[in-house]
Amino acid sequence: MRLEDLGEAVAGCTRTVEYLPGEYLLRVGAPADECFLIEQGRVALEVHAPARPPEVLLTLGPGDLVGLSWILPPYRWACDARAVQPVRVVAIDARRVRERCDADPRLGYHLLQGVLRAAIDRLQATRLQHLDVYRDPTS
Amino acid sequence: MSAAPEATWVPRRYRVDAVRPELNDTVSLELAPAAGEAPAFEPGQFNMLYAFGIGEAAISLSGDPADRARLVHTVRAVGPVSRALAGLAVGASVGVRGPFGAGWPMSAARGRDLVLIAGGLGLAPLRPALLRVLADRAHYGRVAVLAGMRTPREVLFRAPLATWQGRTDLEVEVTVDRGDADWSGHVGVVTHLIPQLELDPRKATAFVCGPEVMMRHTAERLLTVGLEPTQLFVSMERNMKCAIGLCGHCQFGSAFVCKDGPVLRFDRIARALAVREL
Amino acid sequence: MPERDAAEARLIEAPALQALIDALTARGYAVRGPRRRGDAIVFDEVARLEDMPRDCTTTQSPGRYRLADAPGAGYFGFSPGADSFKRWLHPPQQTEFRFRREGAAFVPIESAPAGVPRQAFLGIRACEIAAIGVLDRVFLEGPYPDPGYQHHRDGSFLVAVNCASPGRSCFCTSTGTGPRVERGFDLALTELHDSRHRFVVEVGSDRGAELVAQLPGRPAPAAAIAAARAVSARCAAAMPERFDRERVARRLRETPEHPRWAAIAERCLGCANCTTVCPTCFCTTMVDRTDLAGTTATRERHWDSCFTLGFSHLHGGSVRASTAARYRQWITHKLSAWLDQFGMLGCVGCGRCVTWCPAGIDLAAEAAAIGDEPGAPSGSDAHAP
Repeated sequence: MRLEDLGEAVAGCTRTVEYLPGEYLLRVGAPADECFLIEQGRVALEVHAPARPPEVLLTLGPGDLVGLSWILPPYRWACDARAVQPVRVVAIDARRVRERCDADPRLGYHLLQGVLRAAIDRLQATRLQHLDVYRDPTS
Repeated sequence: MSAAPEATWVPRRYRVDAVRPELNDTVSLELAPAAGEAPAFEPGQFNMLYAFGIGEAAISLSGDPADRARLVHTVRAVGPVSRALAGLAVGASVGVRGPFGAGWPMSAARGRDLVLIAGGLGLAPLRPALLRVLADRAHYGRVAVLAGMRTPREVLFRAPLATWQGRTDLEVEVTVDRGDADWSGHVGVVTHLIPQLELDPRKATAFVCGPEVMMRHTAERLLTVGLEPTQLFVSMERNMKCAIGLCGHCQFGSAFVCKDGPVLRFDRIARALAVREL
Repeated sequence: MPERDAAEARLIEAPALQALIDALTARGYAVRGPRRRGDAIVFDEVARLEDMPRDCTTTQSPGRYRLADAPGAGYFGFSPGADSFKRWLHPPQQTEFRFRREGAAFVPIESAPAGVPRQAFLGIRACEIAAIGVLDRVFLEGPYPDPGYQHHRDGSFLVAVNCASPGRSCFCTSTGTGPRVERGFDLALTELHDSRHRFVVEVGSDRGAELVAQLPGRPAPAAAIAAARAVSARCAAAMPERFDRERVARRLRETPEHPRWAAIAERCLGCANCTTVCPTCFCTTMVDRTDLAGTTATRERHWDSCFTLGFSHLHGGSVRASTAARYRQWITHKLSAWLDQFGMLGCVGCGRCVTWCPAGIDLAAEAAAIGDEPGAPSGSDAHAP
């Protein structure tokens, strides 16, 4: 997506941030006060569990939105996001965007459509991933 | 127009010249004709390979269409025939009938941008198309290859993919459904890479090959980002006994996958693809 | 084949059928025609007129076939049984090749080329002539002609007979393939029972003309030709159209999801009787075997049926796992997809699938229902051409 897909609600609420490989954009359980639109580089969404290496669920690239949990309470991240390459993102002040949307549902509706588009694409991709279509069909 | 009668059912004998292990259950066979040259083929076409006493299977050609000394087939051992084929040793005989079917529309794609999207073993029938493009690179616009694989250990054609990734005149991206500790590439399904393409899908032709569900999702995504429905081609798979439209097995709606396909224009089969158990 | 002059038609007395059989035999044809076997009429070798059933009829209806005496019915007063020319032109089993293992390699085992079998089909009906036309299109007119069919078809001589009355399963008026034989034959008989038991013999080919000239008889007078036409007209009148074939073809193409499929699947046993008796069902599978020592391998082609689960097998399972999907495939192919593939219907209205269905499913009734009932909307139209 492009920043415009989120509409006027994000206008003036953004800044550019860069991350080095290995740095985290967000951490599971932390407050979801800021989300990111990737301009350059690759970001891995990870979950970690004790006694095993962290698992990459999905990698995101230019045009992808990092972080969806800022839209709804309790506004906490559901997984980690780690830069796997030098990454440049547009960081969006989620708190201010939420306040604007609360004040102007028209803006909010537009924004939600943009975020929901990304969420649905993510959901459909996850379904396909879950189907494991390349496995040996006879096993 | 017609083949000699004896050629209709009786395979030509080829010798296994080399067996290249690709994956745990997948090998590439290099086959040399017992006499003469191998027949010319078009990228996307297939042969019927015969394993002595076991039977025939339709296997797409995965080698270089410019190489007339040998046929290359990449075989995954999933059934009795493909298991027998994948287990052949150098020097063994294989029966070959073909090449059959409609391949990728290479000439229609000339002068345009081209995106090849593969899922798993679907990369095999796309490889001749890419090799043909590379041999004739100036006549195509921007070219991208997107490949979705199951895991890093199951990335087909790892070495050629790495070579292609090193070229500046190709955009090559490989993604896996499930990564591992050593994998620093993309994780996620191949459709997710489509919006990140550097070329403009609205000006491109797309060739897609992989499991049917993957092709449906991929088509949907390509059309969403503006690819013309008439510029989208998929390679279908159905049960096949004869490969020449006589056995009836491979029917998909009104199409015989063996002779009208395996490569079919998406808009002509979009409705059929949505119907269960067709 | 151009329409030939009706003036070539001959009138022969019934016993002259023996002369016809003899003339065919003299020209090297094995004559195959109707024979009674048990309580059914089959299609097999006929040497003498007495080999053929006489004065009998059949009553046929969905799931039912009965042979009965019918004095005065003549030689062709019955409707054909399950058997047909098909197994003679497209044999149920054909050997395609044999190989012998030699070390790591294998070499072909040459077999002496078989001579072209000359066979004459005596008494085949309009629907069967149409079915041969369908198989010719499928097997001979594509880019890869089938050598097996070609081999059996090349030497065949077709003596048709015009049906006098339809069986209750018959619906050739609905498929546009009968009851009168119009083309594609060498000779066509119409049995007359007016003042005497006679046949009008129409000529459809040069070799037919050559042969009929050898038979005792005379040029057919206009009255006899008119009487023969009337036989076909009466037969047609007794067989009202059961469905609108264009409408059915369109509906099948447009509404693959139809509630009727589930209803049929409740009754269909998936037994493949219909495809076995169908004179146009051409599907085959390959059967590979080796001898016990594994030194020779044989590949045979056998009749197959889209009603079997294995027919659409793809690694992992069957594409058409449900009976509903398999019945849909069959009827959609016959009445719709065939038009797209071959420019003609795949059904010739012979009614065999109706009579020989153990569940009594009536294809014509199902076609009519599909044509009349609104179906469920099909899949996405978004990318339709």
